Amino acid sequence: MSLINSAPEMALTTTIDDFLNWTRKSSVWYMLFGLACCAIEMMQTGGPRADLDRFGMAPRATPRVSDLIIVSGTLTLKMALRTRVLYEQMPEPRYVVSMGSCSNCGGLFQLAYSVCDGVDKVIPVDVYVPGCPPRPEALTEGLVKLQEKIQQERWLVRKEPAVA
Amino acid sequence: MPALDAAAIHGRLRARFGDAVGDLAGSRRDNASTTVAPAAIVDVARFCKTEPDLAFDCLSNLAGVDYPKRNVIQVVYILYSYPHRHCFTLQVDAARDNPVVPSVAQVWAHAEWQEREAFDLLGVVFEGHPDLRRLLMPEDWPGHPLRKDFVEPEEYHGISTSRESLLKA
Repeated sequence: MSLINSAPEMALTTTIDDFLNWTRKSSVWYMLFGLACCAIEMMQTGGPRADLDRFGMAPRATPRVSDLIIVSGTLTLKMALRTRVLYEQMPEPRYVVSMGSCSNCGGLFQLAYSVCDGVDKVIPVDVYVPGCPPRPEALTEGLVKLQEKIQQERWLVRKEPAVA
Repeated sequence: MPALDAAAIHGRLRARFGDAVGDLAGSRRDNASTTVAPAAIVDVARFCKTEPDLAFDCLSNLAGVDYPKRNVIQVVYILYSYPHRHCFTLQVDAARDNPVVPSVAQVWAHAEWQEREAFDLLGVVFEGHPDLRRLLMPEDWPGHPLRKDFVEPEEYHGISTSRESLLKA
């Protein structure tokens, strides 16, 4: 097939916002932040069976190149302060997935003296994944929800008309 | 070398240290214990480790228990001997308002972190410990959480420590 004939068939029209969001949601790099047993399921999700790579997701070892932090496990108060520091090191736009009961609300250890009752007390959360621990399928669905959220964001077009 | 039973171990300690060692409690191989005077615990520990018949080379656990009614914080040493495969428990009572116990980190090196944990959670001060810092809780944590009268603080660095129930009454 020649290039001249194929060009009209391959052309897509879209908005810049949609195009940018499509590129962003297709390469969400997540920071490895395993805190407890949920981390095992997160590793499974990154493994060959659930395979996060098909969404363009790759694990990163540092917050400075990460788009997403998956808080997977029991968050202690001691770790909560460090979590805030890690979150602040991530470049914007940045996203947070709270994985499992413990990081959603403290879970099983909610009444313990050392446990922070939910990571949303420290940093803003985009997607909550319930479960104790969630299966890789559940985390995958949570990450697909996050992709939908990214796709719907508007950067260039104002939602409200500017007031003079 | 055969394993000694509880009475024999206690007899060896009593013969060597006299009144510093209390009566034997428990008779089974795995629950026998005795109290030891705080001042004598380092000597008793070193004797337990170096005496060939006893050879308690492993301090398998060092923990603390809070007894508010007796006004005592008890430090529990669970000893195990790999050569003889017998075990024994030592207990040291410390005053609750000022719990000071000599450190056995010079005898068993692995007592160092276990004593740090007991200091962290119960506030037992181990004299002679090389590095007595908190192990689990943050450095600026108020109080010692395994004490029975510990009250959880309302918030920690602006993080509220309670959460409203989602269940509607």
